[in-house]
Amino acid sequence: MDMKVDKKLGLKERYALMTRDLAWETTYQPMDKVFPQVTYEGIKIHDWNAWEDPFRLTMDAYWKYQAEKERKLYAILDAFNQNNGHLSVTDARYINVLKLFLGSTPPLELMAARGFTNVGRHMVGAGPRVACLMQAVDEYRHFQTQVHSISNYNKYYNGMNEFAHQQSRMWYLSDGKSFFDDAITAGPFEFMVAIGFAFEYVLTNILFVPFISGAAYNGDMAAMTVGFSAQSDEARHMTLGLECIKFMLEQDPDNLPIVQRWIDKWTWRGTRKLASVGMMMDYMLPKRIMSFKEAWEMYFEQNGAALFNDLARYGVKVPKCFVQTVAEKEHVTHQSWIGFYMKPDSTPFHTWIPEKDELDWLSEKYPNTFDKYYRPVLEHFDAQEKSGNRFNNKTAPMNCQVCISTIKFNDPDDPMKTLIRSKTYKGEKFHFCSLHCEEIFDAEPEKYIQAYISSHQVLQGNCAPEGVDTTAPDFEPGAHIAAYWRLDKAATGDFNGSEDQANFAAWRRQATSN
Amino acid sequence: MTVAALAPYEFASRDRLENFHGKQLVYVWWEKHRMFSRPFVVALTPATPFRRLFEDYISTYAWHPDWPHIVWDQVIWQNGDEVFTPDFDASLAQNGIGHKDLIRFSTPGLDGIAGTGY
Amino acid sequence: MTANAFIAFQKNEESRAIVEAIVEDNPGAIVVEQPAMVKVDVPGRLVIRRATVEDKIGRSFDLQELQIHLITISGHLDETDDEFSLSWLS
Ligand SMILES: [Fe+2]
Ligand SMILES: [Fe+2]
Ligand SMILES: [Zn+2]
Repeated sequence: MDMKVDKKLGLKERYALMTRDLAWETTYQPMDKVFPQVTYEGIKIHDWNAWEDPFRLTMDAYWKYQAEKERKLYAILDAFNQNNGHLSVTDARYINVLKLFLGSTPPLELMAARGFTNVGRHMVGAGPRVACLMQAVDEYRHFQTQVHSISNYNKYYNGMNEFAHQQSRMWYLSDGKSFFDDAITAGPFEFMVAIGFAFEYVLTNILFVPFISGAAYNGDMAAMTVGFSAQSDEARHMTLGLECIKFMLEQDPDNLPIVQRWIDKWTWRGTRKLASVGMMMDYMLPKRIMSFKEAWEMYFEQNGAALFNDLARYGVKVPKCFVQTVAEKEHVTHQSWIGFYMKPDSTPFHTWIPEKDELDWLSEKYPNTFDKYYRPVLEHFDAQEKSGNRFNNKTAPMNCQVCISTIKFNDPDDPMKTLIRSKTYKGEKFHFCSLHCEEIFDAEPEKYIQAYISSHQVLQGNCAPEGVDTTAPDFEPGAHIAAYWRLDKAATGDFNGSEDQANFAAWRRQATSN
Repeated sequence: MTVAALAPYEFASRDRLENFHGKQLVYVWWEKHRMFSRPFVVALTPATPFRRLFEDYISTYAWHPDWPHIVWDQVIWQNGDEVFTPDFDASLAQNGIGHKDLIRFSTPGLDGIAGTGY
Repeated sequence: MTANAFIAFQKNEESRAIVEAIVEDNPGAIVVEQPAMVKVDVPGRLVIRRATVEDKIGRSFDLQELQIHLITISGHLDETDDEFSLSWLS
């Protein structure tokens, strides 16, 4: 039989032939045995054929366009690297944003790839299955290209070579890991709301649009090309997420309360995850294009409001956390930076106090909060550092049981106070960073009592490098933590006085003089 | 509510008391001194005197310029939301401090750097 | 107030032609240039017509080629051979 598809067919016909027509009803085994996961979450689906990818992208076209994206991307990467592009970034502080990005983002792309591979297997309709397959391949591509683009920096700068080892062990990476672990261990529909909708549609704009545009502004062509190349897939991912929401809501009115709970939960979990991304924009890009607050207003408040107003016709309400996120946009990035600044021994990237003109920029962008709460303490840190007393909080953190962020966010009613919520479940105390996290816990306590909190793991004696006897009477939990994390001493500490700072200055001098 | 699952879903807490080999967790937080970012956690035996918690750990807050100005008999101690008066010579257990309790203290009149809460 | 549908592209020669086509076909389009990218907002509904893009770019154009330059979108998408549209119903 000739399987060649007639090129003259229209987009709709081609999509029908190359996607939906590839599916069949099973006969050796009943459908519900072949697809066991699509029912237990309580989502009711009556007609899987009602799902259609609005891009109407078929596999053949997919490979064609993705191949072209890859060719463009690697041509730019090669050119950037051949031309010593790493020396053209604004200043060496910038490179630290790549270190944080490398630890926190590519591993999650890989988790997204795994998640969509799994969901693609379990969805009944060919429409969502093919779209999930494409997204899984995209996410592998994002993981690979991000690692490739940063590998050139790894030849010159400290702190990048152990990101894979550190991902599941280090304190500040646990929030992102927990986000994906939570999603991937949920059912296929919740995963789609978590990643496809809340993360891709509602939140990734903040990560990839203003932040990557900012990388370009700071002279990093490598991050720019990788970020935008990934983002060219995101439009498709967002569409899949929104399509899934509409599909569930149109299939059965009983789906609404379940979907609403997931929207509430995942919008909040995503918001918490993005606090550190906002910090990268406000504190780690030497040249700034927009503040996190402005990005939040543009991409979450305005765009999110448009989306939720539109979904109101299905009965969907704006996520419960919306009001709190609007209040917090003035605070979270400053609180995150202080959280990293005070732990100079515990990250594979450097921190610093912004220069005076940068503090002025923050004062201007955050007129309601920066001078009132944050500028005085940053100036205090700066003065202490200059007098040889650089802040170093050696204690271990308390984390939220649900989002695994360190508990550092303010009480919405009083920015001078830290909000800590606590409760007892089956005789044990649990603590949360917010009412929203507490409610997520209440819905599924059995899930969150298993949370991996790195400081607790240290204190249980589970974080010693190989060869250390944790049962020895003089064993001290925490004593070996840097070795356990494979943390390179040269990669830690303040930016001022770092090897990266000295090398960058020397290499740039060589590049610009005889 | 319970977790929707295809099979029985029951797991032990990862941070239950017995996993700390005779010790318990204690969290500590100095209110309105947010330059320390978040509360800290330590593992101690229930027999540890409160004084040791204070001298070995709480004293790390001394980096803050407010520290020397604290009037200790005016400090308000709380275990969670409950106000209590710690007996420095008694043990954590005798002070009623259990696994994963949060000890917070407020220092009236001291509100951080330039009164910012930091 | 109608919400904006929007689309953003990497800045390059092809997307320049696409943005010109959008501006021609969507009265009220607001073009915002940012480092390395360009974002176009249109109240309610944004449409990209193949014929207009072909006119600007000077060759035949498959609307699926958009994907190579896309950065982000907002609105419900509908795509056929001749039109790519993003819209908010409310
Ligand atoms: Fe991705
Ligand atoms: Fe994605
Ligand atoms: Zn939380």
